[in-house]
Amino acid sequence: MNAEPIKKVSIVVSKGSLEGVYPGLIMANGARMEGIEASLFFTFFGLHAVVKKKMDKLRVATVGNPAMCVPDAMGFALPTIVGAIPGMSAFATSMMKKEMEKLDIPPVGEFIEMISDAGCKMYACKATVDMFKLSSDDFCPQMDKVLTVGEFYELSAGSQIIFT
Amino acid sequence: MSENSIIGIAVDLDESGYLTNHDQWTPVIAEALAGEEGVAPLTDEHWKVLKFIAEDYKERETVPGMRRMNKVGGIPTKDLYRLFPDGPIKKAARIAGYPKPASCV
Repeated sequence: MNAEPIKKVSIVVSKGSLEGVYPGLIMANGARMEGIEASLFFTFFGLHAVVKKKMDKLRVATVGNPAMCVPDAMGFALPTIVGAIPGMSAFATSMMKKEMEKLDIPPVGEFIEMISDAGCKMYACKATVDMFKLSSDDFCPQMDKVLTVGEFYELSAGSQIIFT
Repeated sequence: MSENSIIGIAVDLDESGYLTNHDQWTPVIAEALAGEEGVAPLTDEHWKVLKFIAEDYKERETVPGMRRMNKVGGIPTKDLYRLFPDGPIKKAARIAGYPKPASCV
């Protein structure tokens, strides 16, 4: 049990659903709280977490999520066709946000600010930025830099890379 | 690190070095723990954080998380990291004589 402690993590956020974004943010914040150097790399739809217009509008995926249950995580499985009914995703999102608020987990925009203030660097994937045709105005001020994947690996020297 | 005493004062500590009996905590012990955590000497700014943890702990019986420190305690994230580098709430809770934080956020 005397293994070398983790000193640095690079966390990749690749999904743009609410449940796709939070784990990476919680892990990045948790790393900083432990004194571990941390950076976040947002790619594909995960990039929405640092896009001003999108960051506070992320939703829980109720379709294609066989673990989705109602009325809570230990309830009945939600049939995919029911998950597809308009408003289901918004409903599940508001339920999850309420539960997170109780645990003092901030909304995405506020969480990004807290994690950035904690000293975690935030990067956007260049391929995605080009594909989505985004400019620097689209990003929240906490987003530090657009990086190529090569630059990401360079900056991650000595890091544990965590893909979410 | 000492097992059962801090600067020669007998105290009960858990395996991570946190006081298990808050009644044994004194400002002198806080200063000694701050030394161990590399944040000594404690300034007024540090004390503001320690006092907020104490008040909040009395009310809720749990060490406040970062968001509560910000919103209720009025202490910004950046200040906490500046005052208690590399593990702000863990360090502040230990110095304040409270248990190791048990929350993920």
